[in-house]
Amino acid sequence: MTSFLIRPTILADTLLRESGSFWLPPSSSSTSPAVDRVFYLILGVCSFFFLLVVSTAVLFVVLYRRRPGREAQKTATHHNLLELTWSVIPLLIVIVIFYEGFVAYMQMQAAPPNSYEILVKAQKWNWFFTYPNGHIDNDLHVPAGQPVRLLLSSEDVIHSLSIPAFRVKMDCVPGRYTYIWFQCDDPGVYELYCTEYCGDSHSDMTARVVVHRPGEFEAWLEEAANFLKKLPPAEAGKYLFTRRCTQCHSDDGTVKTGPTLKGIFGQRHAMADGGTVSVDENYIRESILDPQAKVRQGFQPVMPTFKGILTDDEITYLIEYIKTLK
Amino acid sequence: MATAVTDAIGPEASPATAGGNYLTCDRSVRSWVFTLDHKRVGIMFLVTVVICLGLGALFALLIRTELTTPGPTIMTETTAKLAAALSLGDTRMTPQQMYNRAFTLHGAIMIFLFVLPAIPSALGNFVLPLQLGAKDVAFPRLNLFSYHLFVIGTLFFVVTLLMGGIDTGWTFYAPYSVETRTAVTTAVAGAFLLGFGSIFTGLNFLVTTHTLRRQGMTWFKMPLFVWSLYATAVIQLLATPVLAITLLLLAVERVFGVGIFDPALGGDPVLFQHFFWFYSHPAVYIMILPAMGIVSEVISIHSRKHIFGYRFIAYSSVAIALLGFLVWGHHMVVSGQSPLAGMIFSLLTFSVAIPSAIKVFNWLATMYKGSIALTTPMCYSLIFIFLFGLGGLTGLFLGALATDVHVHDTAFVVAHFHYQMAGGVLMAFLSGLHHWWPKMTGRMYNDKLGRYTALWILIGFNLTYFPQFILGSHGMPRRYFDYTKLLDHIPHLTLYQVISTIGGYMFVSGLVMVAVYLIASLRHGRPAPANPWGGASMEWQTSSPPPPHNFDTPPQVGDPYDFSNLVYDEELQGYVRAR
Repeated sequence: MTSFLIRPTILADTLLRESGSFWLPPSSSSTSPAVDRVFYLILGVCSFFFLLVVSTAVLFVVLYRRRPGREAQKTATHHNLLELTWSVIPLLIVIVIFYEGFVAYMQMQAAPPNSYEILVKAQKWNWFFTYPNGHIDNDLHVPAGQPVRLLLSSEDVIHSLSIPAFRVKMDCVPGRYTYIWFQCDDPGVYELYCTEYCGDSHSDMTARVVVHRPGEFEAWLEEAANFLKKLPPAEAGKYLFTRRCTQCHSDDGTVKTGPTLKGIFGQRHAMADGGTVSVDENYIRESILDPQAKVRQGFQPVMPTFKGILTDDEITYLIEYIKTLK
Repeated sequence: MATAVTDAIGPEASPATAGGNYLTCDRSVRSWVFTLDHKRVGIMFLVTVVICLGLGALFALLIRTELTTPGPTIMTETTAKLAAALSLGDTRMTPQQMYNRAFTLHGAIMIFLFVLPAIPSALGNFVLPLQLGAKDVAFPRLNLFSYHLFVIGTLFFVVTLLMGGIDTGWTFYAPYSVETRTAVTTAVAGAFLLGFGSIFTGLNFLVTTHTLRRQGMTWFKMPLFVWSLYATAVIQLLATPVLAITLLLLAVERVFGVGIFDPALGGDPVLFQHFFWFYSHPAVYIMILPAMGIVSEVISIHSRKHIFGYRFIAYSSVAIALLGFLVWGHHMVVSGQSPLAGMIFSLLTFSVAIPSAIKVFNWLATMYKGSIALTTPMCYSLIFIFLFGLGGLTGLFLGALATDVHVHDTAFVVAHFHYQMAGGVLMAFLSGLHHWWPKMTGRMYNDKLGRYTALWILIGFNLTYFPQFILGSHGMPRRYFDYTKLLDHIPHLTLYQVISTIGGYMFVSGLVMVAVYLIASLRHGRPAPANPWGGASMEWQTSSPPPPHNFDTPPQVGDPYDFSNLVYDEELQGYVRAR
C-alpha cells in the first residue's frame, strides 16, 4: 500500500498478467522459461519412476501375497546384466538432467554488459535498493525489457533475495558482494522474499518488485527522489515510518521486537543501563543513528543503525511524525 | 546352504534359558546404568531416542498449529509472555521469537537426538553383534560410554530448552549464531558431546565387524544391515570430527570473540557453511544408510525370498558412503559459491542418486515371485519405498542447478527433507522396531493394529508434507512465521497449510498409537517364538529375548537370505529349521 508512486497502469498490468500454474508461479523473466523446462522435465521423470516403482510394488504385493498353498518361488538371486541396466539407464537420465540444469543455470549467471545496475543492501529486516541518482527505496523498481543487475550485500547476517516469478535467488552475505541479473518484459508488480533465515522478523522481510512500462521508469525515478520533499514533514515521516520501521516498531501501542512509538515523545523511560531518558528530538535522532547508545529497559539491543540510509531530512520527518503519535 | 541343515537342535526347541534372559538376569537399576551388554545399551538408547522423538514431535505440532492461520495462531503476545516467564534466560519474548525457537528446537532435537542415533545406536547396538554371531561389541565399555555421552549431550539440550531455547535454526549458520543472544553455546556443547558418542559408536561397529564375525562368516555372508552399519560407521568416524571442530570454533568465536566466521570480527560466514555441510551432508547418509539396511532385511525375510543382487546392494552402501563426502556444496548453490564449484557439486550429487536407485530396484526384484506377508514391519518397509522414492526423486530438482536456485530455502526443501528423514529414516526405524521387537522383548504385538496404524501414518504423512512441495515450488520461503503478505501470491496457501496441519496431527497420533500398542504388548502380548518371521540370519537362532551372552548354543553361519530350510511350526507359531 505504501510504495513510492505505483502507477495505476502497473496495477492493471499485474491483474492482466498470466497467473501461475499448479506447480509454478508466473514465469516472467527472460531466463525463467528455461528453468521451467528443466522443472517439467524433472517432474516428468519423477512421475514416471514414482509410478513405476509404486505400481510394481503394489502389483507384486497383490500377485505374490502370502496365502495358503502358495510358496515363494526360487528365482535368480542376482543378474548382473539386469542390474547394470537399471544402473546405467538412471545414470543416463541424470546426466541429461544435470546438463539441462547446468545450461539454464549458466544463462542466469552472465549478466549482459548493458545491464542497469542497482545496489541492494539487506539489513535486518528491510531491503534497501539504491539507484544511480542516490534515491533509496524499499521496493525494487526496474524498467521492463532491460537487463537489470543487482549487486547484493548485507549489513549484518546472511539474507537471501528471492523473486519467485523470475526464478532468481542469491544470498546477501556480509563481507562480500554477490550479484544476480534478470530481465523482465512484463510490466507489473511481483513479490520479493528473504529466503535465508535472518532472525526475529524474517517473515516480514518482503518487498515488491515493480516493473515499469518502457519509458516510464526514468520518470518514476526522478519523481520518487523528490517525492518526500513535496509532503508536509509529518506525512513524509509517516510514509517513511511504514516502510522502514514497522518490522519492529508499532505506532498503535502494540509491542513488537522494539518498543511502540505511540505517545513516547516527551515521556521519561528507564534504560537498560539503569538511567532514565526523556524522549526528545535529539534522543530519537541518536537512537536512529546509534541505536545501542541508550537501549530501553526490557528490550534487546538488536536495532541496526540507519546511518547512511536515512538522510538528515528524513530523520527530521520521522521525528515530526512520532510527535503526532499521541 | 547345506551346512545349515545338519543340526536342528537349536534354541527354537527350548526357548527358556536357565538364569534368565538379558532382561531378567539382573533387575537392579545399577545393572542397567553400568551394563556392558550391547543389548541393554541398545534398549537404553531406544528408550532415550523415543522420548526425544516425542519431544521433537511436540515442537512439530506447535509449528504446524501455528501455521494453520496466516498470522499469529497459538504463538501470541500472551503465550509468548508465558514462555518467557517459564524460561530461565529470557525476560521478554515476541510471538516471532517463540516460533523461531520452536522450529530450531524441533530440528535440532530431531536431527541430533533422534534421526542420527535412532537406527545405529538403538537398533544397531542390539542387532549387530547378534547378526555377526558375537557375544558383544568389540569395546563394551566404550559402548556404554557412548550412551553416557549421549545422555549428557541430551541434558545440555534440556538446559538449552530451559534457558529459553535457541533461535538459529538447526544449521547454526554464522554470523547469526555468533550474534544471537539465545543459548547457542550450551546447545553447541551438547551437539559436540553427542558427536563424540557417535564417533565411538562408529568405531565400535567398525572394529566389531572386522574382528568379531563368527568363524565362517565371510564379508559376503554378512546380513545387509551389517553392511549398511559398517558403511555408516566409516562416515561417523571420518565426518563427525569436522562437526566437532566447527562447533568448537563457533563456541570459541562466541565466548572469546575470535574472528572465524563473523565478518564483523574478520571471519568468513561461508566458511562455516563449508565446514558445516562437510559433516552434515555425509550425516544424512549416517541417517539413511542404516534405514536402507533394515529395508533390505525386512523385504527379503517377509517375502521369503533371497535378497536380489546382494553384492550390488552391499557395494552401493559403500559407494553412497564415499560419494556422500563429495557433495556438500549442493547446499550452497546460492551462497555466493562460484558457478564452477556449483557445477561440480551438481554433477557429483547426481552420482549419489544411482546407488539409491539400484537399491530400490533390487528390493522390488526381491519381492518378485516371493511370498509376501503384509506384516507390520513389511508395511513400514513398503511405506519406506513409497516415501523414500518420492523424497529421492524430488531430490533431482535440488540436484539440478537451475531448479535448485528456484526451490532452495523454500518449503519444497522442507518437504523433500522430511520425505527422506521422516518418510525414510523414521519409517525404516518403525519397520526395524517391529521386526526386532519380538527379539528384543520376547513379546508379540497386535499385528493387525500395527498394519492399520501404518496405513494411518502413511496418509497423515502425505497430507502433511505433499502440500509443502507445491507451496515451495511457488516460492514460499521456509521458516516463515507470518505468511499474511504471501496470501495474494501463492494460490490456496491457507488451504494447503490447513491440510498440512491436519496431516501432522494424524501422523503424530499414529506414532502415539504405535507407542501404546507396543507398550501394551509388553504386558499382554503373547510370548514371541525365537523366529517369528522366518529369518535366516543369526539373531533368529537364539531365544527371544536372548540370554545375556547372546547364544546358548553356537549359531550356524549360512547364507542369511536362504529361507528354504525354515518351516512354520504351528505349535510354536514361529519358524524352525527343517530336519
